[in-house]
Amino acid sequence: MALIDLANPTRFAAFVERVLPWLIAATVTAFAVGLWGTYLAPDDYQQGATVKIMFIHVPNAWLSMFVWGVMSAAALGTLVWRHPLADVAAKCAAPLGAAFTFLALVTGSLWGRPMWGTYWVWDARLTSVLVLFIMYLALIALWRTVDDPTRAGRAAAVLTLVGAINLPIIKFSVDWWNTLHQPASVFRIGGPTIDLSMLMPLAVMAIAFTLLFIAIHLAAMRNEILRRRVRSLMLTQAERAA
Amino acid sequence: MDLGPHAGFIVGAYIIATAVVAGLIVWVTADYAAQKRALTELERRGITRRSAESRPLQIKEPA
Repeated sequence: MALIDLANPTRFAAFVERVLPWLIAATVTAFAVGLWGTYLAPDDYQQGATVKIMFIHVPNAWLSMFVWGVMSAAALGTLVWRHPLADVAAKCAAPLGAAFTFLALVTGSLWGRPMWGTYWVWDARLTSVLVLFIMYLALIALWRTVDDPTRAGRAAAVLTLVGAINLPIIKFSVDWWNTLHQPASVFRIGGPTIDLSMLMPLAVMAIAFTLLFIAIHLAAMRNEILRRRVRSLMLTQAERAA
Repeated sequence: MDLGPHAGFIVGAYIIATAVVAGLIVWVTADYAAQKRALTELERRGITRRSAESRPLQIKEPA
């Protein structure tokens, strides 16, 4: 199947049906390996066992921004190329992004309490991620407010691209301002500062959560294609009845 | 495994993450079942897509 064929919603849904079992198997395997590595990883010399929270906090924090990046690419697809699946992709990514951002905030709070002595502080990193979470909720609300998916898709695409300004703010907030949050320790010039015994399970957990996102996103897109088919058939039925 | 004095925070973080991931999986699975059910119901009432309607009739060969 050529890549261009996937622009057809019916063919895309059939593609998802074929690919999903393999993706689920890969996700389960990655989580099994990642969680085993998490179990074996040594305690941090300063943080003790609380460092184990890092293995779920960091992948979720990374995905919270990655999903908005996916939605921004989809927004361009909607506004510039009017790709038939672009707004489907954006709509289905928003609840997943909200869930990953929620997990990043909650696991960060649970890590912060024993390490910083507080669940929350209004510093630049935490506040900008909270803003990201609120923007996800705003997008979900927008999709639910407008009935026509095409109109909702265009409005959501504009909001998504405006909201993308927050991504570099989140990334560089720890460099630009004094924050309680530690600076970047994985994606940084000069390489990661984390020991390999912790970096490896962290990388596997990041891959596992990313595969999870891809699997659920594709399944949700297939559902959205079916939902639009149901909507279109119900409109046909209403027209026939009129 | 000894999780030390902050075991509650570590276990709590993993439980919440598991619950949210499980919620996403249940949501997407239930939604798929609901959409399939709605499509089947519409087809049962004879409401199909134009492409499906224009498909040539399948005539069974006599046994």
